[in-house]
Amino acid sequence: MPDTSFIGRSLDPTPPFQVGREKIREFALAVGEGSELCRDLAAARAAGHPDLVAPPTFPAVFTMAVMERLLMDPVFGWDYSRMVHGEQSFTAHRPIHAGDELVSTLHVDDLKSRAGSHFLTLRCEVADSAGESVLTATAVLVTVAAQEAGS
Amino acid sequence: MSDLATVTAGTEPPPLQVRLTRADLVRYAGASGDFNPIHWSDRVAADVGLPGVIAHGMLTMALIARLVTGWAGGEPSAVRSLSARFTRPVVVPDDDDGALIEVAGKVREVISDGGRRVAKVALTASCEGNAVGRGHAEIVLAG
Repeated sequence: MPDTSFIGRSLDPTPPFQVGREKIREFALAVGEGSELCRDLAAARAAGHPDLVAPPTFPAVFTMAVMERLLMDPVFGWDYSRMVHGEQSFTAHRPIHAGDELVSTLHVDDLKSRAGSHFLTLRCEVADSAGESVLTATAVLVTVAAQEAGS
Repeated sequence: MSDLATVTAGTEPPPLQVRLTRADLVRYAGASGDFNPIHWSDRVAADVGLPGVIAHGMLTMALIARLVTGWAGGEPSAVRSLSARFTRPVVVPDDDDGALIEVAGKVREVISDGGRRVAKVALTASCEGNAVGRGHAEIVLAG
């Protein structure tokens, strides 16, 4: 049983994650994102961007790692091996570009248990090096009930 | 590229079909840093009660995102928000065919927000005819 006293808590802000051009290209290739703004610097600049543009789900690259800091913490008591991803949302406050340095702060918004399954709502607030808000990412993670009761 | 000026409620962006193989899952694991073994190890997947190795939910969501960025003329920053709910695991067999994912969308409404037109789009992802995810996106149609 995860520790419900974590509800409402926040983790310390992460060190800056530097968004690299090649990471954006690698991610775009991995998901098959065809936009040249994610791959071609000249095309991105011609469209008015300062550098390559990250695909919409690129924040998974750094926000999952932030969430794992909590999920792997034995004090929290989350069964990572039985976890599935229930829901995810990204709300962009501005585009993410190569060269951005992004700091993420994780908030534990909710933790509910139903019939042996646990539902954890985490929110990642992402800001740039100037402290301006860049993105809000929210995840609902689920650990499915094991056969604890019966076996 | 589509003509976004004529978008109204009921407009359907062109659907997307993508075949995911184990190699795609490995590539996504490396690119995203999500190395959870349920996405590459049959042994671990079976141990935790899954029917097989499954695709990352975030990879399914990335395919949903592809549909909307493609529709928005290849401009990722037009995607103001994107959410997804993963309703069923996508099992990816260890063969050359993998799993076929189909993504479709429909504009629910077009709103005006600060002088910009924003389309609210409902999205679905399915695999072999079964729904595996539902999503929502807000797409800025004009700057």
